[in-house]
Amino acid sequence: MNESPLRELVPAVIGVLVRRGADFASAEDAVQEALVRALDTWSDDPPRDPKAWLVAVAWRKFLDAARAEASRRGRELAVDVEPPAGPVPATDDTLRLYFLCAHPILPPASAVALTLRAVGGLTTRQIAAAYLVPEATMAQRITRAKRRLAGLRLDQPGDLGTVLRVLYLVFNEGYSGDVDLAAEAIRLTRHLVALTDEPEVAGLLALMLLHHARRASRTGPGGRLVPLAEQDRSRWDTGLITEGVMILQAALARDRLGEYQAQAAIAALHADAPSTSETDWVQIVEWYDELLLLTDSPVVRLNRAVAVGEADGPRAGLVALADVDPDLPRYTAATAYLHERAGDLEHAAELYAEASRAATSVPERDHLTREAARVRQLLRP
Amino acid sequence: MKYLLLKHYRGAPAPVNDVPMDKWTPEEVDAHMQYMRDFAARLEETGEFVDGQALAPEGAFVRYDGEGHPPVTDGPFAETKDLIAGWMVIDVESWDRAVELAGELSAAPGAGGEPIHEWLEVRPFLSEQTTVTE
Repeated sequence: MNESPLRELVPAVIGVLVRRGADFASAEDAVQEALVRALDTWSDDPPRDPKAWLVAVAWRKFLDAARAEASRRGRELAVDVEPPAGPVPATDDTLRLYFLCAHPILPPASAVALTLRAVGGLTTRQIAAAYLVPEATMAQRITRAKRRLAGLRLDQPGDLGTVLRVLYLVFNEGYSGDVDLAAEAIRLTRHLVALTDEPEVAGLLALMLLHHARRASRTGPGGRLVPLAEQDRSRWDTGLITEGVMILQAALARDRLGEYQAQAAIAALHADAPSTSETDWVQIVEWYDELLLLTDSPVVRLNRAVAVGEADGPRAGLVALADVDPDLPRYTAATAYLHERAGDLEHAAELYAEASRAATSVPERDHLTREAARVRQLLRP
Repeated sequence: MKYLLLKHYRGAPAPVNDVPMDKWTPEEVDAHMQYMRDFAARLEETGEFVDGQALAPEGAFVRYDGEGHPPVTDGPFAETKDLIAGWMVIDVESWDRAVELAGELSAAPGAGGEPIHEWLEVRPFLSEQTTVTE
């Protein structure tokens, strides 16, 4: 069964329970239970009004849990058993949920898990599978996250910056288990764009769309990593690129630049180019300069040096690298690449081999090993 | 029965075809990766695959240093240290089957497309369950 329409209801249903007097942690648990039951039973017998079904089942689950808790403590149930009369209020609490689940007091991994469950409507099992941890571990991570949030009300103002970081973390997790986390992050960011009026949210959505458009070309047979220069650009999704560029242009026109808009601008310049050699590297370097002003991040400094190498030649790139922290994971790989471009093949091969030992992922390690092998082959008579 | 197949960066006896990977041709590297992926996929198919992970060569020894002290670390690893590169956990019928599979994994192609004949360590898991004997 297609789970998306069902999952989209989850944040609203949590909102209804909270408005009826449930605390966020219990409401979220109850809706998760109702969701799991819906996934089990709906394929045979879907209800006519899915949201009303979820509200009714979740509310009953909540009451059962609250009664059990009250009798355990020997107290009266403090919540009204009957839901208030009249229609469910139309107010959308979803934005508040984004803020709460990505609250700055939560460690990023917990914020990611809670956001995927309470806002994304994924089950604990799906989240655990996507992050390759046992289901019990993921359930516990979510419970502890909610415990840390205890006492915070749903109607407090939140930090949009951490929400965007959490969504970007989800996006970068890509595809693992049976859930496409990149697509899920795009869905949640789209929804957030509709709920807010911030150019940076649109910037993040544009960035995701522009990266996502290239996904199919980024891996070769057997999951092999294909670098940008070798990607088959005819496989890029032009529909996503057009949409990403339009969203980005509208955001930039509002003249409130932020790091996601700047990163999306760089992605758009790549998406626009027919090949690496025909890419507007000078403008890309300018965007990296903007990004440095906004973030001063070491990774940006590293990427900028590589772009300088394309714009002004590998020697200039190596000079720019001198300002970069050599302990960064991809530092040696970037140095290897610039030395190869400069014609210093022997040194490049050694650096690629060294970079493969410092790689942080299997595809990256395999790619760098292959690069070392490729350059060594060029050296053979 | 579960077995751990351990692959070493160093510390195992030298393989027969002992050429470091970055000195192979790119095609030989690809063939090796493909062999490893096919091997894991085949074990998933037969219901014998449990888990597989690769490890970075970096790391350190760590030990407790008493109340109020931060743990002591000793690293990076000395060149002489036995260094694990990764593992695969398999769930198979017998020790013989575990050895057979380790042999297949060790036949992965290396330089010149020839099998590496790499030494892999095979270790049985201690079971969590006790056998009822009375």
